[in-house]
Order: sequence, then structure tokens, then C-alpha cells
Amino acid sequence: MDTATTNAIEIRDLVVDFGSRRILENISFDIHQGEIMVIMGGSGAGKSTLLRCLLGLKAPTSGHIHMLGTDICHATKTDLYKMREKMGVAFQGGALFTSMSVAENIQLPLREHTNLDENTIQIMTRIKLDMVNMLPHENLMPSELSGGMTKRAALARAIIMDPKLLFFDEPSAGLDPITSAELDELIIKLKKSMKMTIVVVTHELESVFAIADRIAILGDRELIQIGTPHEIKASCDKRVIDLLNRTPRESIVDSDAHLKRLTRNAQS
Amino acid sequence: MNKINIELVTGVFVIIGIACFTWLAVAVAGATFTEQPGYTLSARFTSTSGLREGAIIEGAGVRIGTVTGIAFDPESFEAIVELRINENVPVQEDAIAAIRTQGIIGEKYIKIIPGGFDELLTDGMELFETESSISLEELVSRYIFSSD
Amino acid sequence: MIKAINELGSNVLASIEQIGRTFNLLVIIAWKLTQPPYQIYPIIKQMYFIGARSLTVIIISGVTIGMVLGLQFYNTLERFGSVGVLGSAVALSIIRELGPVMTALMVVGRAGSAICAELGIMRISEQVDALECMAIAPDKYLVAPKLVAGILSVPLLNFVFNVVAIGGGYYVGVVLFGMAEGSYINGMIDSVVWSDVRLGLMKSLIFGMLITLICCAKGFYLHLSEHGSKGAEGVSRVTTDAVVISSIAVLFCDFLIGAVMS
Ligand SMILES: Nc1ncnc2c1ncn2[C@@H]1O[C@H](COP(=O)(O)OP(=O)(O)OP(=O)(O)O)[C@@H](O)[C@H]1O
Ligand SMILES: [Mg+2]
Repeated sequence: MDTATTNAIEIRDLVVDFGSRRILENISFDIHQGEIMVIMGGSGAGKSTLLRCLLGLKAPTSGHIHMLGTDICHATKTDLYKMREKMGVAFQGGALFTSMSVAENIQLPLREHTNLDENTIQIMTRIKLDMVNMLPHENLMPSELSGGMTKRAALARAIIMDPKLLFFDEPSAGLDPITSAELDELIIKLKKSMKMTIVVVTHELESVFAIADRIAILGDRELIQIGTPHEIKASCDKRVIDLLNRTPRESIVDSDAHLKRLTRNAQS
Repeated sequence: MNKINIELVTGVFVIIGIACFTWLAVAVAGATFTEQPGYTLSARFTSTSGLREGAIIEGAGVRIGTVTGIAFDPESFEAIVELRINENVPVQEDAIAAIRTQGIIGEKYIKIIPGGFDELLTDGMELFETESSISLEELVSRYIFSSD
Repeated sequence: MIKAINELGSNVLASIEQIGRTFNLLVIIAWKLTQPPYQIYPIIKQMYFIGARSLTVIIISGVTIGMVLGLQFYNTLERFGSVGVLGSAVALSIIRELGPVMTALMVVGRAGSAICAELGIMRISEQVDALECMAIAPDKYLVAPKLVAGILSVPLLNFVFNVVAIGGGYYVGVVLFGMAEGSYINGMIDSVVWSDVRLGLMKSLIFGMLITLICCAKGFYLHLSEHGSKGAEGVSRVTTDAVVISSIAVLFCDFLIGAVMS
């Protein structure tokens, strides 16, 4: 019972395939309650895929995920839905409903899951919109938003129900530095004031070290390293160092080999 | 697009649809949702070919009822037709029910030819005198065979 | 050669899987509709889109088809000297056959394709996943109102089509060719019986369910189809498929129902 209260999410031996392609192999780690866990990794490393498994949207080939005590890979639909009422998710592309305005998008979970009166719903919507600095744009349609505005609206929708767990795919990609810093601050505030457990997928090194309690680095299908920002910075693993120093891939540095690879078809 | 607008337009659409349905069902098809006052008789025919449920029953060229059912009796190999006759239309015991066609290729209907008895048929009784439908093909073949 | 056979085999399997998935969706939705919460407004909104917005195209095509039928039947019947049955000929063929089929095909073209594309786009832009994650069942929230609205709207459109088509035939027969008004109307009234209207009603109920179900399932299950991960192209392919399949399904079912009922 003690582990169940300190670990919000336990991932054990997770293996994920897309058809015959193996995307993730033997991933095991814990996410503690009330911490901000940042998942890093190169593009295509499988971060979004890992997130989809955590959300119960993709069934892993094998392995277990325990979330607040529920095994979400083998839970019934009813249990899964009960679990999801405690989760908030902001997708990489926003995934706002295009037929509704920003405010309506944000109100949807409230209208579906609560019996609050119209006035309360409006006030709660405004509070969350204000948190993400979107109050002036509440009546716009999603098609009229910029990329960054979409991300902020998606975050507002994710936190409208005050979830225990918050998942955020690429929060700061495509945002200007100021908004990005504001978002980071907001994420920390959410952790502190609402005691949320937050899982963030991101590339932005600056925000990673600003918000992370712990960092998990994915690469080559596996978990390369997991630890506090301090431990990660002190890492000796070459792949981690490359990622942190933004070292270009070797193939591009070694121009001869790269040229050979690019002209492979022309020669044969 | 606000809510009231959509609801209003949809409401108008539903009303138009139901009005069209009602017109077709009541005025064109003559469906009656409350059973009309009257009584039901049955009659046996050797052939009802072409007669349909809902066909008209005429007396002296006037509509006096409706065919409400056609069933097959496997024992006698005959068709049993249910006739719904309007109230206050008397049908004598020896009246004849004949299946006729409007024009050459028109609709089949049942013609009631009055009899001479005084006794009248009441609900659930059977009309014994019947004339089955005469098919065009049968007439033609009879003509061909009798003329050689 | 073996490769071709393999491919054929997997295509057949995929089609069977798709049919199973589609009817599974129907069963799931039928079950979920019996569970609270019951929501009326989404259905009204979909009826507005599927039904009310299709009214114009249904009226135009209905009048046209009625006039064409009137013209053709008139010319044919005139040779046999029995233009008197024009009313019943037009009314019966419209009510029993053409009304339900043409209405269904029109709705497929106007609303079915849009439904399929909408659901497909929602699927690829993760909106369906977002609903899942908000613990809102996407099949009930997205598909059920469309299905119910389809089942309700298509019969209503069908009757509108019937009435305007009969009007079109009337215009050609009575107004253009000058046949007696009573002969058109009374001929029709004498020959059309309740079972004809009932047949048309049943057909359009079945067609309404069939086309919305196929169009919804095609878009909703985009990610499971072979065009699944192809983005916009996937949506366009699936939409084309949905239109073709539901049109064929309508024609085939019309034949089946006709064969069984008469
Ligand atoms: N639906 C799918 N079908 C097949 N392969 C997929 C599918 N979705 C993702 N993949 C593959 O899984 C791998 C991981 O994808 P994922 O989206 O998880 O990457 P990511 O780490 O989130 O990258 P990014 O930082 O660019 O978002 C990729 O190689 C991708 O090709
Ligand atoms: Mg990703």
C-alpha cells in the first residue's frame, strides 16, 4: 500500500509494437505522486507512443501499467473511464473540437460529467482560460487560433476538471519564449497548488530543466536514463550528452559516409 | 448559427415530413387508424390473382368497403378474403362477390352483386357465391383453344 | 501468382473484418442508447444537418423524377390507350421503389460523405482520442446522434420526395397533356394501399440506418483501415469508399426487400 501512495504510475516491462516494428522495449520506471516527470528523446523515439499507452489508448504488446492502483492495460472500460475522469490530457496537436468555440471546448468535460449550473461553468471556464492567458480569445473557433494558442487552449481543457494526473505532449513547441516561460511557471504552479502529478513530453531543454523533478530519456527503443536534472546533467552516457549538448547526428558530421548513403541508389 | 435557428428549421422539416406522410397514408392510401364502423365478411375464391390487400369493394359502382386480408387455405387450396363492409350497407345471403378489373390492365377490385333473399349477412359470416378473377392470359388461351 | 492469391485472401479477410466492425458498432450504439444520459439536442442538430439541409435537393430531384416518370409513362400508356392509369403508375413506382432509393442516394451524396469525412478528420487529428481521455465515449457522443438522426430523417425526406414527385407527375399528366384531373388523382387513390406506403416507410427506415451506419463506421474506424495512417489522403479515400459502398448497399437491399416482401 505504501508504494501505491507514493507512486502515481508504475510502468513494468512495457513492450510496444506497431505491426512488426518494435517501438518500445522493456521500459520500466515509476512516476511519483506530485512530481513533474519529463520524458525526453529524439523525434520518433516513441515518446507520444509511451504517452498513448499511459492513457490507455494503445494496448502494449506486453507489460503492465499501474496508475493510482488500477492496471490500465487490463482494466474494464468502466474502470478505465473512471480513471480517466482523474486525468487531463493535452495532445501534441491540441485536438480541439473544430465545431466548437474555445470556451465550448473547455466546458465540454464539465457539461458531460457534472451537473453544475450555467453560471458556475462560465466562471470556471474563465478561471482556466485566464490561467493560460487565453481569456481574450474565448469565442474564437479552433481554426482561427495560432499553434501556440491551440496548445494553451488544449491545456486549459486538460485542467478544467482539476485532474490528479496531467499529461502534456510537447507543451512549449512552437511558443514564443515568454509564453513558453509562462507555461512552465503554470505547470509548476499546478503541481504546487493542486498537487497534480504531471507528465510532460518535451524537447525544449530550457523548460525541461526549469520544470522537471525527474527526467526520463528515451532512445533506441529503450529507456536510456532516468534521474533528477542534476543526475542527468552529470550523466556519462554519450547519447544523453549528445542530446543535452545538441550535438548533430554523427552521420551529418561525417560527410563522406553521409554522401555515400545519400547517393547509394544512384551508384547501383 | 444559434440554437433557436437550428431547432426551428429542424422542427419545420419534421412537420413537413410528417404532413407528407399523413397525406400519403390517409388521403392516398386510405389508411384508417381508427377502425371504420362496419362489419367483416369472408369469402372463398379459387383465384385472387392480382387482388391486393386494401383493394376497393364496390356496390353499384360505389365504394362500400375494403379488402382487409387475403389468406391461403391449404386444405381446399383456395384463397380466403376478408371483406370489411361499411356500416348500413346490407349484403344478402345470396349476394355474389366477384373479382373484377378496372379497364384491361387496371386495378383489381371486388364487386358485390346484390341477391334476392331477405336474410342479411352479419359480422363474421361467409359469402358463398363468388366469382374468381379472370386473368387475361386465361381468356386469351380459351379463345385460342375454342377457335380451332 | 501466389502473391496475388495472398493479396486477394487478405483483401477478403479485411472486408469481412470491416463488415463485422460496422455491425458491432451498430450493436454497441443500440446498447449505449438505452443507457443514460439521454440527450436530445445533439440529435436535433444532426437532423438539421442530415434532414433539413437536404430538403432542397430532395425537392428538386423529386419534382424532376416525377416529371420524367409522368412523361415516360404517358408516352407508353398512350399507345395502349390507357393513360387513365398514369396516376397509379407514377404513384406506385415512386412510393414503392424510386422514393426510398433516390432519397437514400441523395442523402448519401449530400450528408453521408460529409459525415464520413468529419469523423475521419476527427480521428486523424486525435479529437476522438481526446474524447476518450475525457471519459466521454466517442461512439455514443459522436456516432449515436448521427445514426438516430439518419434513421429519423431519411423516412421523412422520403415522404417529401414522394409527395413532390407525385406532384411532378400531376403537372406533366394533367397540366401539360391535359388528362382529366380526377382520373390522375382517383386512379392513384384507388390503387395505392396502405401496404405500399408501409413498404416505402420500411425501406427508407432500413436505408437510413444503413447509409448512416456505413458512412459513420468508415470515418470513425479510419485508423483501422488500410488507408489509416495516410492523413488527408486517407480521409478522401475512406469517404469515396463510404459513398460507393453505401450506394451499392442501398440498391442491393432494395432488391432483397423487394424479393422478400412480394
Ligand atoms: N499509427 C502508427 N503506425 C505505425 N507506426 C507508428 C504509428 N504511430 C507512430 N509510429 C512510429 O512509432 C515511432 C514513435 O512515434 P512517436 O509518435 O511516439 O514519436 P515521438 O517520440 O513522439 O516523436 P515526436 O517528438 O516527433 O513527436 C515512430 O518511429 C513512428 O514511425
Ligand atoms: Mg510525439
